[in-house]
Amino acid sequence: MLSYSFDFSFLLTTWPAFMRGAWQTILLAGTSIAIGFFVALICAIIRSGKNKLASGLVGVYVEVIRNTPLLVQIFIVYFGLPSIGLRMSAETAAVIALVINTGAYGSEIIRAGIESIAKGQLEAAECLGLNKFQVYWHIILIPAVERVYPALSSQFVLLMLSSSITSQISAQELTAEANLIQSETFRSFEVYLIVAAIYLALSVLFRVVLWAIGEVAFVRRRKLRT
Amino acid sequence: MITFSSTHLIYLIEAARWTLLLSVLAFIGGGILGLVLALGRVSEHKPLRWLSAAYIQIIQGTPLLVVLFLSYFGLSILGLDIPPIAAAGLSLTLYTSAFLGEIWRGCILSVPKTQWEASNCIGLSRAQQYRYVILPQAARIAIPPTVGFMVQIIKNTSITSIIGFVELARAGQIVNNSTFQPFITFVFVAIIYFAMCYPLSLASRHFERKLNVGK
Repeated sequence: MLSYSFDFSFLLTTWPAFMRGAWQTILLAGTSIAIGFFVALICAIIRSGKNKLASGLVGVYVEVIRNTPLLVQIFIVYFGLPSIGLRMSAETAAVIALVINTGAYGSEIIRAGIESIAKGQLEAAECLGLNKFQVYWHIILIPAVERVYPALSSQFVLLMLSSSITSQISAQELTAEANLIQSETFRSFEVYLIVAAIYLALSVLFRVVLWAIGEVAFVRRRKLRT
Repeated sequence: MITFSSTHLIYLIEAARWTLLLSVLAFIGGGILGLVLALGRVSEHKPLRWLSAAYIQIIQGTPLLVVLFLSYFGLSILGLDIPPIAAAGLSLTLYTSAFLGEIWRGCILSVPKTQWEASNCIGLSRAQQYRYVILPQAARIAIPPTVGFMVQIIKNTSITSIIGFVELARAGQIVNNSTFQPFITFVFVAIIYFAMCYPLSLASRHFERKLNVGK
């Protein structure tokens, strides 16, 4: 039964391709996270705002995205939209689908942060004479994002991992690169073992980088160590 | 020219049964393994704690798609001529167990420490403590996040379409290949997924409110 002998010799020639794939995944996920964060932020602001219609619309968007698979969302963007006249490259479609997806998840996380701000904070800020914008920015938004930043980071790492699904529309990234390599070397199991290890390393890398961004962005957190 | 019709819709709905079956398989397998992992994570023995933590970190740090490929090609290396549903079930079980294990660990830890001490005082063994005191309380806390995670399981079964298992997403691709109407086809696929997931999302939120009613 177990007469299989492992053979990793293909690595000698294909190593650059793996590295290229990893770099493409970093770019794809990095872009999607950066844009997705702003979409999430704007959606969270609208969702917790006073405009009932806008808030309801964002609510529908969030529920629809959170209750349908990413794979189907990618198919709709890449195969569906061209049939109504919107054409795009696989990479653009991948970024759009990932941004839409992470925007929905992220906005729910940030909204929870906004709702966790105690009312006393707002009253105190008003007493200090801060104007509406200052209150919103310094008292609500920044502390809210700061508070939920760990949850956001986990969500972003999950997004990086699920970017592997975009290989299905042949977007350039690590899994697509691996599919190519395994079809040339016929060493499927070994190839995906390597890929799993690279994704593991990438998820550690993303976690460290996101932590570092948090340390730089949230001065108060760094000083108070809370 | 074949256009999207009610026949296609019925075909999609029938394929959704496989999505549900696979989800149930993954939930049962992942639930059993997940409970073992959760108990391992809070075990008194360091190697057990360490092993289950490592397992969870590895599975949570790799994409489900790669786990799926590894199961698919790994099982065939073992010389087994296996149907796609076996690889699909295996990878979803591994994935589900890692996440449920971590969720349930949190639930076990959130049972107050005094419950451990009190049950210890009345002379219960460790197994009895779990059976009669800790797990029943942890289970109550675990219901909302577990139901919420079922939504993730249902959605992630769509990935098994990639190794050729014909469930809802794959059925959508098949319909699309014959009708060339990707937009309407995948929107219907999305609607069917939504119809399966949204009730669970609502239920999860309902249970959460019920749990926090005293707070």
